[in-house]
Amino acid sequence: MTSPIAPDLPTAGRMPVKPRAGVWRRLVKRRLALLGLVIVAIVVAGAALAPWLTGYDPNEQMFDGLTIEGSPLPPNAQFWLGTDLLGRDLLTRILYGARTSLIIGIVANGVALLIGTLVGVTAGYFRGWIGGALMRFTDLMMAFPALLLAICLAAVFQPSLWIVAMVIALVNWVQTARVIYTETSSLAEREFIDAERTIGASAPRILFRHILPHLLPTIIVWGTLGISTTVLLEATLSFLGIGVQPPTASWGNIIFENQTYFQAAPWLVFFPGAAILALALAFNLIGDALRDILDPTQRGRA
Amino acid sequence: MNAGAGKKHAGAAAPATAGPVLDIAGLSVSVRGEDGERDVVSNLSLTLARGETLCIAGESGSGKSMTALAIMQLLPQPAARISSGKIRLRTGDLGDTDLATLDERQMRRIRGDRIAMIFQEPMTSLNPVLSIGRQLTESIEAHTSLSQAQARQRAIEALKAVRISEAESRLKQFPHELSGGMRQRVMIAMALALEPDVLIADEPTTALDVTVQGEVLELLRDLQRQHGTSVILITHDMGVVAEMADRVIIMRHGRMVEEGTTSDIFARPQADYTRELLAAVPRIGTGAGRQKSGDAETAAPANVAVVNDLHVRFDLRGGIFGRVNRRVHAVEGISFSIAPNETLALVGESGCGKSTTAKALAGLVPYSGDIVIGGRNLSGLGRDERKAVRRDVQMIFQDPFASLDPRMRVGDLVAEPLVIHGIASKDERSQRVAALFERVGLSADQMELYPHEFSGGQRQRVCIARALALRPKLIIADESVSALDVSVQARVLDLLKELQREFGVAYLFISHDMAVVENISDRVAVMYLGQIVEMGTRDQVFSNPRHPYTRRLIEAVPVPDPAQRRSRFARLDQEIPSATRRIGEAPLKLALRDVGNGHLVAADA
Repeated sequence: MTSPIAPDLPTAGRMPVKPRAGVWRRLVKRRLALLGLVIVAIVVAGAALAPWLTGYDPNEQMFDGLTIEGSPLPPNAQFWLGTDLLGRDLLTRILYGARTSLIIGIVANGVALLIGTLVGVTAGYFRGWIGGALMRFTDLMMAFPALLLAICLAAVFQPSLWIVAMVIALVNWVQTARVIYTETSSLAEREFIDAERTIGASAPRILFRHILPHLLPTIIVWGTLGISTTVLLEATLSFLGIGVQPPTASWGNIIFENQTYFQAAPWLVFFPGAAILALALAFNLIGDALRDILDPTQRGRA
Repeated sequence: MNAGAGKKHAGAAAPATAGPVLDIAGLSVSVRGEDGERDVVSNLSLTLARGETLCIAGESGSGKSMTALAIMQLLPQPAARISSGKIRLRTGDLGDTDLATLDERQMRRIRGDRIAMIFQEPMTSLNPVLSIGRQLTESIEAHTSLSQAQARQRAIEALKAVRISEAESRLKQFPHELSGGMRQRVMIAMALALEPDVLIADEPTTALDVTVQGEVLELLRDLQRQHGTSVILITHDMGVVAEMADRVIIMRHGRMVEEGTTSDIFARPQADYTRELLAAVPRIGTGAGRQKSGDAETAAPANVAVVNDLHVRFDLRGGIFGRVNRRVHAVEGISFSIAPNETLALVGESGCGKSTTAKALAGLVPYSGDIVIGGRNLSGLGRDERKAVRRDVQMIFQDPFASLDPRMRVGDLVAEPLVIHGIASKDERSQRVAALFERVGLSADQMELYPHEFSGGQRQRVCIARALALRPKLIIADESVSALDVSVQARVLDLLKELQREFGVAYLFISHDMAVVENISDRVAVMYLGQIVEMGTRDQVFSNPRHPYTRRLIEAVPVPDPAQRRSRFARLDQEIPSATRRIGEAPLKLALRDVGNGHLVAADA
């Protein structure tokens, strides 16, 4: 009722056919999305160019990095972001730590998203015994303490960055699967899916061409939410000694190493925390914009 | 309904004060969109006399519902607002009030008490988690100082007034336990329990079956006569207008096109638009002009589709162990055949199994029995062969808004069947799609657009193009025009007929609307509770309906002619029984007997 419906007459030329600008072009046109892209670019560049950006070694315990009493230095002209408890330069560690955190936040989170989506979509579309079995398995995983599972898995494999990423992926897909399952099963009931079946569309076609595009917003939201979760899970694992092995830096383990001294040396928690927040926010902004851009019904609305 | 408690009206239709009860002057409602403010109702003036029924008729987007919402001050916030105009309500004890100037708190006292409203969809306008008794007494208690027990008494009286049997026990029931007609009666009871001065009914019978529709309309009329309530009836159905209205306002694009007494509007329409609207209304008795399409039938061609003893049953699980203990007998052993170039209409009311039959044919639900398409029995075929045979059966759904993937361009949607079945190269495909677009009355440069950028009728054209893409032998049209405005409906029906002449395609046309069916069909099958009760050519069924159910269906259709206004509608003797039965209690199979020239009628007639 809110929009007058055009008369049912051929309306040749009445509706302008917009040339489809590329997703990228439309993305950079949005200010917030651009901000997100810039932040991600800075983080990636920082991680990649770390050796050239800083003169320190991330693991070097510097004599002049500590006060006479042996406490860490606050931010100053020499150590821009201060030093940590062992007299290492915090900025350098954050830059090198970005490598670990990016891998965890993108790869581990991406794999988790992939597994969750596959399980959720399959269970939601096919239902039956396949769906039942998959969802019971998901429930089981949900009931099982994630940390315990991660510890078990990490104990079985030799801890390395990639193993940690896999462990995190295996723990984190569960929520995604649940959400995607619910959405898929309601999408599968929609009439246009029936319509697809009447023209002979196969199940893979319906899943990939018709159901997946509708799930994108959810996947994007879960993906961006997952970045901070996974980065912090990695930190937890490091803290327990089964994550990335010290002295290798990651944003999470910088926080965990130093959290007990939060009162005395707040910068040690603040800067890596801010880095995680900025990265998660950046992906959030990009994800938000992507969701709008990829949704054709948001376009050309009168 | 409650003369003892009558606080406003002493008797029937006795005007307490002179002059109209509602006086709208220069009302404009505007909606804020991305491109600024836009009027959806502009400069509308109308008056409503006491005890009068005023129909506001128009097609979707005409602003009729917005007018109703503006009177109730229920416009969707914050997008819509009353930009100018006065809505004056004159009642005995409130005097003259301009509703447009009242704030929310003052308005709450008017709503329900002085002006009540009934909405289209009785399921969604009742709260599903509260018993109907609770919902009824709630509004009574909110507006009166009656005690709980008195309110309950009043609620029971209200339910009795809308002819709901066993009113007392009904109070404990929940909306989902009632049928659609019952729910709408509860809505009416709720609206009238407080004896409002004005009742606004927004498409009150659109979601109901025809036989139930007649009853609800009659009920509204009786209640209005008894209480002298003024009614604003909003509808798109000219049959309902003719049946109910004293005066009519025709609206289009937010403006009043014409106003007059019902007999004047129908007999001497002044505006062109009114004439078009009336001409577009399908009427029973006009379909006779349609000649039997094609002489091909004399050559006795093979049937496109033969359905033999089709059953569709859905298991319901219950009990502690979740075993199958009941079954929905949706389709119970029906048989029919469709020849090329022929339109077979399947009619019946909701729950009769007509849509399930369509779904079985389209391969969407499992069935038992035989479906033979193009001479090949589907049940004996492998997967690939079945896919090939299914190409010959395509479907057009009821709701063009729901049956197109909103994230795909319409051009891709129409091309999709060709892609799936690997027909034609990419270039040929886009040419064919362009040709299909032109054929159904769209233009080829609209291929790049998305479904939401089209109107309902245009979308249904896209669906038709899509169904045609594979050159099927049979198209199943499941209520394909019922969601469309009448003028659009008429054009889409014309298009379907043209396409039949051109491509020789057969239609299985499923509808609840007898007038539309009479307009398009060659043969008609009437379904009731999963079985066919009568089947024959259109003339046989419409001029000589033998089964009582068929007769009731035909009689129940409101005739768009105030001169033929009925005093009594076909009454439902009882609620239509449920198709759900316990295991082992299969329904009795009706035997059809031939009463001459292939006119089949169920033997219980």
